[in-house]
Amino acid sequence: MALLEMNHIRKSFGGLEVIRDISLKVDKGEVLSIIGPSGSGKSTMLRCATMLETIDAGEIWYMGEKVAWVEPDGRKVYPKGEQLKKVHSCFGLVFQNFNLFPHYSVLKNIVDPVVHNQKRSKAEATQEAMELLARMGLADKADAYPCQLSGGQCQRVAIARALALNPQVLFFDEPTSALDPELTGEVLKVIRSLADLHIAMVIVTHEMNFAREISDHVIFMDKGVIAVEGSAEEVFKAENERMRAFFGKLNH
Amino acid sequence: MSFQVMMQQLGGGLLRSIEIFALTLLFSLPLGLLVSFGRMSKNRVIRSIVWIYISVMRGTPLMLQLLAVYFGPFYIGGLKLGATWRFTAIIIAFSVNYAAYFAEIYRSGIESMPPGQYEAARVLGYSKGSTFFRIIFPQVVKRILPSVTNEVITLVKDTSLAFSLAYAEMFTIAKQIAAKETSFMPFLAAALFYYVFNAIVAFGMERIEKAMNYYT
Ligand SMILES: Nc1ncnc2c1ncn2[C@@H]1O[C@H](COP(=O)(O)OP(=O)(O)O)[C@@H](O)[C@H]1O
Ligand SMILES: [Mg+2]
Repeated sequence: MALLEMNHIRKSFGGLEVIRDISLKVDKGEVLSIIGPSGSGKSTMLRCATMLETIDAGEIWYMGEKVAWVEPDGRKVYPKGEQLKKVHSCFGLVFQNFNLFPHYSVLKNIVDPVVHNQKRSKAEATQEAMELLARMGLADKADAYPCQLSGGQCQRVAIARALALNPQVLFFDEPTSALDPELTGEVLKVIRSLADLHIAMVIVTHEMNFAREISDHVIFMDKGVIAVEGSAEEVFKAENERMRAFFGKLNH
Repeated sequence: MSFQVMMQQLGGGLLRSIEIFALTLLFSLPLGLLVSFGRMSKNRVIRSIVWIYISVMRGTPLMLQLLAVYFGPFYIGGLKLGATWRFTAIIIAFSVNYAAYFAEIYRSGIESMPPGQYEAARVLGYSKGSTFFRIIFPQVVKRILPSVTNEVITLVKDTSLAFSLAYAEMFTIAKQIAAKETSFMPFLAAALFYYVFNAIVAFGMERIEKAMNYYT
């Protein structure tokens, strides 16, 4: 059973079709990277998977259960209430610009969703949060506020916040793009450690070496379609013209 | 009239001014939030009605609004309301007027929040209500506090408009004493009282703003 399956997804904004019939699948413990030029629809794909956008066609399955789809008559079916809560508990999302809650301390950013949304005890949530922070190398920042942290530290807190809810799949939308180069490494190191723990992840990234080394599967998106996909090795040596143009641009 | 008696009477008026001030804030701050929701409603009819309400409240003198609320029930409905109506009418008029100003302040604050905060909250499993009251609203309060302070300070001075309904707040009393004693002193004393009242309010607001400076 796949953790996540997205079948024949389409999404338009106004008249512009941004996702054109994309299907993908994430298995337990699998790391999927999505690469491709900016504007190709990578973020939109993640936003569809995390229900921040509604799809215009296709279906989304989590844990073998069809959770969202579009009927033949165009009616969109999305989970509500308890069902939506259950679906939300399947995944976590790490944003490019962190989106930490500035009025909460680092610890509260992590603990509050667990206590308030998953109704777990505060003592237990706090202990787990402290362990997560230690793993992120931020044990001494529990009482700090996000504005007192560097970008790399903020992003590691955001990762801890997502992990605290025990998601099955963790999505990353360019987690290092807002960071100075010297801070990128510390975040990539954390993500790499999650891969070693066999946490399933979908990572949109421009860090090619990182994607190549960490991914079980790579998707190269271009203009709303999957141009190339396969194992990291296959994709990075693929003789695709659009891809070569893309890599050429990256190397400059 | 001795200085002491004058101060006593003005002090009584000051207490009534403070009462208007406190009750107006108590009602208009929550009401303003509700009005701001109406102003941002997806429903066009609600949005338009609320827009008209706000523009009338801001576009006509508060003194006229006080008279309208006080005499309205009699001229429109033929109702004769009891002795306590004067004070009730004052609180209604002030609250409804200030709610309109606060609503616009709330709205600008809410609209200035980055969408990423809503999205993060949603993905973390917060309900719509929790998202607003736990994540969005506390940050909005911090953002709008300077504008709220302005309105609150204006309100201290605006309480004197209750004189138009001959309610015995501080300004009305100052005017009465001044007329009776043909003296300018009561006005000076009242001015000093308003000034001190305002200084205390401003100091309190500054403390609240400072207390919220623990993050940016
Ligand atoms: N909310 C939106 N409204 C309108 N157009 C959008 C919206 N979100 C994304 N787009 C458009 O969709 C296209 C794909 O965007 P995106 O998924 O962000 O690409 P990527 O993440 O690969 O850079 C872009 O042309 C972008 O302008
Ligand atoms: Mg993007």
